[in-house]
Amino acid sequence: MDTAIPILKLNDFLIVSIQRDLDDPTALQFQQDLLRRIHETSARGVVIDLTSIECIDSYIARILGDIVRMTSLMGAKVAVTGIQPSIAITLVELGIYLDNVISALDLESGLEKLQRELGA
Amino acid sequence: MVDSSVNILTEWDIVEARQLGRNKAKDIGFGAVDQARITTAISELARNIYLYADGGTIVIEELKLNDLVGIKITAEDKGPGIQDIRLVMQDGYSTSQGLGAGLPGVRRLMDEFDINTIVNEGTVVSIIKWLRLGSD
Repeated sequence: MDTAIPILKLNDFLIVSIQRDLDDPTALQFQQDLLRRIHETSARGVVIDLTSIECIDSYIARILGDIVRMTSLMGAKVAVTGIQPSIAITLVELGIYLDNVISALDLESGLEKLQRELGA
Repeated sequence: MVDSSVNILTEWDIVEARQLGRNKAKDIGFGAVDQARITTAISELARNIYLYADGGTIVIEELKLNDLVGIKITAEDKGPGIQDIRLVMQDGYSTSQGLGAGLPGVRRLMDEFDINTIVNEGTVVSIIKWLRLGSD
């Protein structure tokens, strides 16, 4: 079963839309794939859209946080977009805070925010 | 009333338990926010079993008590048990590389939380969410 998450390139940016809840192997695979793509494309920004995600537990949240920090080590910035109200409530009640992460309501405003941050 | 149960042996079983819980919560009539709370709580409990207990079970059942309707999840394992429950229930404590949310987080997501553990024998965690009329 091919579970890889598609990573699209758009100018200086990589765009990722995660379409279903992440299981552990898929999340770890995505982490590696994304870092490799950043390296290959010299992307400066990454937008990860989570509109379709219905559940983020502490483990998946940690992987997402790691992705943000790893991407930053490679000189690129991540914006996370489309977090549903139910996910935001659950994450905070669970005690998880994704600090220092650029976030936006949707893909479009995430991309704009990232462009402003990068002065592009 | 049909109860659902999932044996937790692999990381795929975590996904299955989560899906089962979401479907059950939806059937009972929980709204989107409570569905997310319930699903996430199941995910945390199933992950504890997968990481620390070498197998266990998640049982998901509908509860009816007088006028109240709810969902009950029981996570049972024959793992190492927990030495110091008070320590584990402190926020920020975690024996894993997780974010340390663990059980205190699960308790916050649900209405009722109960844990019984015996060292070298295993742990049973049961949690309940009650359906509130008019909630989202």
